[in-house]
Amino acid sequence: MTVAAVPMTVPRRDPWPLALLAALALGALPLVGSVSSWVTLSVAGLAMGMIVFIVASGLTLVFGLMDVLNFGHGVFIALGAFVATSVLAGLSDWTSPADLARNVAAIFVAMLAAMALAAAIGAAFERLLVRPAYGQHLKQILVTMGGMVIGEELIKVVWGPAPLPLPLPEALRGALVLGDAAVEKYRVFAVAVGLLVLAAMLYTLNRTKLGLLIRAGVQDREMVESLGYRVRTLFVGVFVAGSALAGLGGVLWGLYQQTVTAQIGAQVNVLIFIVVIVGGLGSTLGCLVGALLVGLLANYTGFLAPQLAVFSNIALMIGVLLWRPLGLYPVGRR
Amino acid sequence: MWRRLLSHDLPRSRALAALLLLIVLALALTPFVLPGARALNVAAKVLVFIVLVASYDLLLGYTGIVSFAHTMFFGIGAYGVAIASARLGPGWAAVGAGLGAALLASLALAALIGLASLRVRAIFFAMITLAVASAFQALASQWSAFTGGEDGLSFALPAALQPATLYLDEPLLGARVDGRLLSYAGLFGATLVLVLAMLRIVNSPFGSVLKAIRENDFRAEALGYRTVVYRTAANVIAALFATLAGAMLALWLRYNGPDTSLSFEIMLDVLLIVVIGGMGSLYGAVVGSVLFVLAQSYLQDLMRAAAGAAEGLPLLAALLSPDRWLLWLGVLFVLSVYHFPEGVVGRLRAPRRPRHDADRAPRPPGGSR
Repeated sequence: MTVAAVPMTVPRRDPWPLALLAALALGALPLVGSVSSWVTLSVAGLAMGMIVFIVASGLTLVFGLMDVLNFGHGVFIALGAFVATSVLAGLSDWTSPADLARNVAAIFVAMLAAMALAAAIGAAFERLLVRPAYGQHLKQILVTMGGMVIGEELIKVVWGPAPLPLPLPEALRGALVLGDAAVEKYRVFAVAVGLLVLAAMLYTLNRTKLGLLIRAGVQDREMVESLGYRVRTLFVGVFVAGSALAGLGGVLWGLYQQTVTAQIGAQVNVLIFIVVIVGGLGSTLGCLVGALLVGLLANYTGFLAPQLAVFSNIALMIGVLLWRPLGLYPVGRR
Repeated sequence: MWRRLLSHDLPRSRALAALLLLIVLALALTPFVLPGARALNVAAKVLVFIVLVASYDLLLGYTGIVSFAHTMFFGIGAYGVAIASARLGPGWAAVGAGLGAALLASLALAALIGLASLRVRAIFFAMITLAVASAFQALASQWSAFTGGEDGLSFALPAALQPATLYLDEPLLGARVDGRLLSYAGLFGATLVLVLAMLRIVNSPFGSVLKAIRENDFRAEALGYRTVVYRTAANVIAALFATLAGAMLALWLRYNGPDTSLSFEIMLDVLLIVVIGGMGSLYGAVVGSVLFVLAQSYLQDLMRAAAGAAEGLPLLAALLSPDRWLLWLGVLFVLSVYHFPEGVVGRLRAPRRPRHDADRAPRPPGGSR
């Protein structure tokens, strides 16, 4: 993976979290027993991890840049998933024949629609709720949480309170058989989309001036401001982009679960908070590693000890915080 | 005497004092004046919420930390009583054992969470409590052999509190004097004692330190107070009061399940009540709980009527549907956070001050440094 290119938010290269990721994946192999189930579980874990990463990356960048923690981030996930139900239902002649190209095209239309709507609502959310509370954590937590309540209720007004089914398009149903291992097609698709987003994000962050400013802003906001750049404007852009990514993640997550309820925002919120804490608030690389850890661990424990699956994330968080109290990749002065 | 009872924290406003008096009288007289089980259930819910919300205000309003695990402690109290009563059979010993175990569990858990996460940043605490509370909720619904799973646990009360136990043959002031009335009286007494105890705590020197931490934790630390210790202590105390509120709820309902005491909706309700009632004032918790529970129980009827009237306009009808009442509460919540952070009580206490003055309420810049 192209991970090694990221660590601009950390002072020096730090291989240990990546070693932890590898150790988790390899350590699970003897426990799971058979290579084929291990491949299935690992792909599922990677797919879940990539989706969670897409959702959480916006949150962590917004926090890193402006010290704003958006507790309402989950609303954009739910929004994306609900937009996907409408778009895919409207494009049913694209999704029902088992034609991969048209199916994927339909999903991309859904993604674009979800991102556009999430971005627009994200801009309004930033303007109305987040902006008046800069620098006041308590107010931020309360107001963004209130925004989440309002958003969830508005979603129920538009799409109704009942859970909606979100079936996969024909060509993405079922599994590919690689040797002995059965790998669900949609998971491969999700990993592919995740890698595309990751590549685009890495390119933007590491190869463009905009990315340079964002990274510098995360490291030291005042310094960037004193050089004459409007970090505030930058922040609005990052917030809107983060909301759009959450909308995109919502489409992927909804298709992953295949049912959509207004509460998925709150559920995924818990997951992405764990990821962001594990990775280190504000760190993009940490967010990726944390998301993959959470995804893999959830799938391995779900297979090995289903009763413990709910606690695997908490255990991971506690373990990581005992090892590194500020997360895997602590950022700057925090 | 009033002064001592209220720990020198008087309402400081005629309107507020009158409102509080009205609330206390109404709650005391509900069983005699309003017949029927619904009114009594609403009043009992108000009592439980007063304790729960006031204990949350210790954290949010007085110490300035946001916890999303408060219903976890509420649930521990309710489950403690429910599990002990269901296992050991009805009786005071079971209630006592369950409550004791629940208090110990809350104490340990709150201290652990506090020491582990309040050290770093207030924002960390909010996120970590959210994660821990969701895991606990999953535990309660999965571990069905012990907790009754999603179905919850129904259990029998000690004989003295059972509705079939009659104390007087004649009704007193129009109310049957039975175990149910005794339960209500117990709930009322417990609420009164617990609220006065919390009032005592927040107006003690310890409470002053909490407020100092809320206003400026850096400065409090510089003055020589170990903020981690004080924050953790506040977290533990709030958790213990929430546990007691949970036990009260279970004793009243004779049932407990994940949706009654652990759900995230209750956590949001508590958050809304504290803010709308007024952060940093226990009277706010009292007034807020009354308004909220009344709205929850009766406003929906009103909205049903409004939605019926707006039938011709589908969007408006959907917005006014009684199931969407949380939407309007959310809007009210956001407006309260920005425009009157002192809540209803703050407004009542300072009606004549110019607005910009009232806006400079004791809202801290969070835990930011």
